[in-house]
Amino acid sequence: MNEEIKTLTISIYTENNIGLLNRISAIFQRRGINVESLTTSQSEIENVNRFVIVVNITETQAKKIVGQFEKQIEVIRAYYHTDEETIYTESCMFKIKSELLFEEPQIQNIIKESNTRIVTVNKEFFVLEKSGRRHEIESLRSQLNVFGIMQFVRAGRIAVTKDQMKVTEMLTAFNNQKQ
Amino acid sequence: MNTKTLNKTKEMAGKTERITGAEAIIRCLIAEGVSTLYGYPGGAIMPVYDELFKYKDSIHHVLTRHEQGAAHAAQGYARISGKVGVAMATSGPGATNLITGIADAQIDSTPMVCITGQVPSTLLGSDAFQETDIVGISTPVTKWNQQVTKASQIPEVLAKAFYIARSGRPGPVLVDITKDAQFETFDFEYKKCTGVRSYKAIPDTDPASITAAAALINNAKKPMIVWGQGVILGQAEAEFKAVVEKSGVPAAWTILGASALPTSHELNVGMVGMHGNYAPNKLTNECDVLIAIGMRFDDRVTGNLSKYAKQAKVIHFDIDPAEINKNVHADVAVLGDAKQSLALLLDALNKNTHTAWHQEFKDLYAIEYDKVIKNDISPTKEGLTMGEVLKQINIETKGNAAIVSDVGQHQMIACRYADFNITKSNITSGGLGTMGFALPAAIGAKMAEPHREVVAIIGDGGYQMNIQELGTIFQQKVPVKIVVLNNEFLGMVRQWQELFFDNRYASTEMTNPNFVAIAEGYYIKARKVVKREELEDAVKEMIASKESYFLEVCVEKEGNVFPMIPTGASVSDIRLS
Repeated sequence: MNEEIKTLTISIYTENNIGLLNRISAIFQRRGINVESLTTSQSEIENVNRFVIVVNITETQAKKIVGQFEKQIEVIRAYYHTDEETIYTESCMFKIKSELLFEEPQIQNIIKESNTRIVTVNKEFFVLEKSGRRHEIESLRSQLNVFGIMQFVRAGRIAVTKDQMKVTEMLTAFNNQKQ
Repeated sequence: MNTKTLNKTKEMAGKTERITGAEAIIRCLIAEGVSTLYGYPGGAIMPVYDELFKYKDSIHHVLTRHEQGAAHAAQGYARISGKVGVAMATSGPGATNLITGIADAQIDSTPMVCITGQVPSTLLGSDAFQETDIVGISTPVTKWNQQVTKASQIPEVLAKAFYIARSGRPGPVLVDITKDAQFETFDFEYKKCTGVRSYKAIPDTDPASITAAAALINNAKKPMIVWGQGVILGQAEAEFKAVVEKSGVPAAWTILGASALPTSHELNVGMVGMHGNYAPNKLTNECDVLIAIGMRFDDRVTGNLSKYAKQAKVIHFDIDPAEINKNVHADVAVLGDAKQSLALLLDALNKNTHTAWHQEFKDLYAIEYDKVIKNDISPTKEGLTMGEVLKQINIETKGNAAIVSDVGQHQMIACRYADFNITKSNITSGGLGTMGFALPAAIGAKMAEPHREVVAIIGDGGYQMNIQELGTIFQQKVPVKIVVLNNEFLGMVRQWQELFFDNRYASTEMTNPNFVAIAEGYYIKARKVVKREELEDAVKEMIASKESYFLEVCVEKEGNVFPMIPTGASVSDIRLS
């Protein structure tokens, strides 16, 4: 009976509309589902936005909420995927005191070994940017934490699916139906 | 609408004309065929009311006594006519007072457009006088909503609002229009909305699902239909009746499905759910194929889900894909419009009678009649029962009235015992269970279908939740018949206190005012019945009345509604006492 709770990535293709975020978050809130991360951006289709939302829920729950998303007028299509079905990444930034870069040579090794990019360096601080899986980012953070981090920020997951989304075909069908 | 304005509107189609946003709103309403709307003026919507004054020969604005009354009246209008109901209010408290009606319309799939005034766009977010984020507040209870800050957006947004409200699975839409957009002038042109690219109103019906459904039904030994409001909203009554008659499958209804098939139809086996009939509830757990048509397996219908129809193959017809597998797993899902999918199903069905199976329903009905119904409608004990009042109303209206009920014991009794010959005749707050719904909803229903007898059945509790709408009835001369079944209790809660809280009647007893005097204060003919001997004459007088009429019936104080499926119990554990 107890279905497994999984980390699932929900992708929602939408029209660009004020208030839609409110509608989407209300669907989670009403069911007491905590959103782990939420990213919204332009999608591959012009004037179509894509929400990428990470939640820890069962697939049964996911099927039901995807149905609720699709019911919203401005939602074109919604999907959910498991980690195995997606290619995903997260990105983060660190702000660190510049003097450490010279005083602690180990930092340079950490940067090199973790493929972390230096975004900027000035007299007071330097900024690092790293993309990757959560565990890579966490490992980098714990390594740098030893020396002191002035600021740390991590963005939500972004993901593309291994399978085709077929949203463009769907929009074409919508348009044909209208005529 | 007078012919002059109609011609003018027609003439203007496809042409532009420079008018204000406020006038555009009225012109849009006229173009959408709105002849009556319900509302309440206030600061942020005054430009629109000024235009309503100018257009009063074309569009009838009904001033209710509270915005909640306006929302419910619009719902009643929509429910009896199938047209979009329209309610209007000002910003802030005017808008928030609509919310209960909007939430009610959302859960009961009622097509409604609400127009609210909003503070000028320059003041948005400044905590201005009567500013409230009504788009934010109404989001979870609307099918769609939108704020408009420019006059030029009005025609397109309103056209979309009406399209969305009435298409697919209907629902409420709210359009919030800032005061500056109402004053602004622009080149008006109105085009009806015919589609929204991200919204598919009616999903395609897969022919394979029809074949699969027909195969299950044709091979079933004990099939049973449970139908809901989808049959009514899809205007599929004729197709539905044909399916029932050809297949010979016993058909039971949810509260909102009531009246789609006449009560007297021999295959109509009654109501399912918490206070539904004994046979369809019991036999839900014995049928081999359960055919759900335009219903959503509400918890009041299913009781304990883990013990609901587990033995049956389930076929679910619905227009809303999100309803499939939401509560009950569907072995076969038939998506689409009920009118079309039932017509397709009809062709694929074999003719059958299921006589022995139908006899099981009759046998269980006989038990229910003996244990419950007889005592409800033909009581021998002293106190008047709600059931006998309904029976008397059936006699006098010949089952042709639209019954508008409120929420509680009287609602269950009205649904159980009212005779329905005509579709769209059971107007009640099903999903939300909104006390105070009936009086204003009856106003809307009577105004939408003035030729029909509209009888509101209300408890003494719910009546006092929107009693101010007597003022609307009086001012508009709406000849609705109002029956208050007075047991001086919040009866349903009291029943639960009796059954599940050891008779601790916490805050359910009501000391009521002189209801007859109140009705008479509004110049409404009124009568009070306390004895059985007076009932027949009083109901006769009420139904014969050409004007509105108020009838208070003092019923037994501690009557209970049975059968009953206690919360958490299975439908087959339905109790008769």
